[in-house]
Amino acid sequence: MIISVASGKGGTGKTTVAVSLALSQKVPVTLLDCDVEEPNAALFLQLVDRSERAVTVPVPVIDESKCIACGECARFCEFNAIVHIGTSVMAFHELCHSCGGCALVCPTQAISEVQSPIGTLLTARVANRPEKRSITFAQGTLEVGKALSPPVIREVRSLAAPDGLTIIDCPPGTSCPMSTAVSGTDYVVLVTEPTPFGLHDLRLAVETVRKMGIPCGVIINRSTSGDGRVQKYCAKQGIPVLMEIPEDRKIAEGYSRGLPLVECASEYRSDFAQLPERITRSMP
Amino acid sequence: MKIAITASGKTLDSILDLRFGRAAGFILFDTDSGSVAYIDNTQNLEAAQGAGIQAAQHVVNAGAQAVITGHTGPKAFKVLQAAKIPVFLAKGGTVAEAAEAWKQGALAEITEADVEGHWV
Repeated sequence: MIISVASGKGGTGKTTVAVSLALSQKVPVTLLDCDVEEPNAALFLQLVDRSERAVTVPVPVIDESKCIACGECARFCEFNAIVHIGTSVMAFHELCHSCGGCALVCPTQAISEVQSPIGTLLTARVANRPEKRSITFAQGTLEVGKALSPPVIREVRSLAAPDGLTIIDCPPGTSCPMSTAVSGTDYVVLVTEPTPFGLHDLRLAVETVRKMGIPCGVIINRSTSGDGRVQKYCAKQGIPVLMEIPEDRKIAEGYSRGLPLVECASEYRSDFAQLPERITRSMP
Repeated sequence: MKIAITASGKTLDSILDLRFGRAAGFILFDTDSGSVAYIDNTQNLEAAQGAGIQAAQHVVNAGAQAVITGHTGPKAFKVLQAAKIPVFLAKGGTVAEAAEAWKQGALAEITEADVEGHWV
């Protein structure tokens, strides 16, 4: 089963939930940090056996000796990544979405693709607790200045375990990065806070995952900080509230020292341990 | 000679739009005949990426032989340079004033982009 942890609003506690969920399981799990613009799950984990490799995407290179400047490639490109002016054809790699179409439509085979690095993929094992339990960890990091995160997210996603439990820490929002991370997962845990902003963005996230046909449930973080608007909304929409985490100085202090929630507030460990089973039961 | 001037409106007395890629539009002013045509740029104004490239392509396709604007980013400039279209910078005022200043040789031609992409 793949559980993705997402939210509309940023800073609601996705990483807190994803890390605690992973650390509380009694079975081997895979934890994937897909928030590639600012991956931070690793801050709460002791990683061993680290290994890094580049993530690349194919981009077009034009062989001027073969190019007849017909402009087919520029007309084909939806993203303005190739410009044709007179006898000159220019490729702008930063706008390329790596569809490969320009190379296909070129009548003289003047376009070939080269691999261009856009980020890194880190894989490691988690050694937070002494018990014999195995957590496989991976995170993607988008290079500063690169605009397209989905290729890096897909690379991290490809490491989901074929069997067993995979937990995905998603990027915030409801656009391409979030939907790429959530797509194809079995269940989405939406983390929110009971504030007008939290509810507003929760609605957007619910609409998004419903459109994608993925069942979802809600965890209300800092649940004593606002009012009952999120519970009311969830009841009306028939969305299960899986857990409520009250405002707690102990958790905030632990967080500021890089301690996972279940390590600074161990009373939540059993709730997180049972969450996958609760989710399975609530699924249609 | 046709010059493309970034404009916030459709007439010569419109205010010069200081942006190139995300200009509201371009006034194509024929300095020989005095005729004026307007090229809308709304689609690029709203584009997330590649506005400068596409705007430059429009200007080239429209047959402009010079561009007057407030600022030009690196990608737009690269395209205009490939098309051998000189870019002149004006500080403000109306489109007509910019055209007049250009006629008198008061506007400087740039040899490289003067701003980063997405500078606004």
